[in-house]
Amino acid sequence: MGLIARAVEAAGISTVSMSSARSITATANPPRAVYLDYPLGQTAGRADAPDEQDHVLAAAFSALETMTEPGSIEDLALEWAADAGWKDHVMRVDPKSPGSANDDRTPRLDTPQYQAADDYNAVDPNCPSCVFFEDA
Amino acid sequence: MLRSAPIDYIQRTREQYSALNYPPYEWAQNSQTPPWHPLHKPLSASRVALVCSGGIYARGQIAFHHKDDNSLRLIPTDVATTQLRTSHFAYDQSAARKDINCVFPIEPLRRAEAAGKIGTIAPYAFTFMGGIYSQRKVVEQLAPAIVSHLIQDEVDVAIMVPV
Repeated sequence: MGLIARAVEAAGISTVSMSSARSITATANPPRAVYLDYPLGQTAGRADAPDEQDHVLAAAFSALETMTEPGSIEDLALEWAADAGWKDHVMRVDPKSPGSANDDRTPRLDTPQYQAADDYNAVDPNCPSCVFFEDA
Repeated sequence: MLRSAPIDYIQRTREQYSALNYPPYEWAQNSQTPPWHPLHKPLSASRVALVCSGGIYARGQIAFHHKDDNSLRLIPTDVATTQLRTSHFAYDQSAARKDINCVFPIEPLRRAEAAGKIGTIAPYAFTFMGGIYSQRKVVEQLAPAIVSHLIQDEVDVAIMVPV
């Protein structure tokens, strides 16, 4: 996403990036970012918490209005849990038994993967709002 | 100030891929100072677009496949959130499937528009499935397509929401 933020900004459109992966964002180096120290999957705030989601978006707007240094990342004060123990287990490989490492992502299937099987029945096969790129 | 160190996903992914005997993932690295285009009008007069990489699609659209899909979806921003779905190979989608605003903050954006904080919401949001292995496919295909749509829609500000 950092590459895209840089391309968009270079085209004269102001960007602000949200992030819950600080090292990845710092390396990709988008123009402006706000960092939410949460597990991946709720970059814009936790589920069913509209006030919190509004707060994250307001912080992003504020970054647009106030940041003056390209590449700035602001750390938001929100915390996922009072205890930071959740961080210990994310993608952790036990150095004593690397063989126990798991890949819990889905198989890399090359056919569309619908959230619900029923979505397939609603598909417009021409999909005018889908943009596919030729393999170059 | 964060009370505990952020997870270093680059380091943890390296360790995990190494333990699984996968080739290393190449993260985008940009040590050069990013481009910089400050707001040229107040937010309250700006047209704002969402660009989200959580694999969001609307019912009726073709879902993402999970083998380095770099395609793009245009989602009308007046869409009912009950019509929004996610399809992504890599992250835990349970929160997003319960409340799409976790990764696609359209309702916060609507409230910001209603409150006059922003001018208008752009007619389309742009979504894709992050974790694309080929940086070339991002730089040469996906990024220019997003830029071209944002310009066509006369967008002033883009909110980028990765996962």
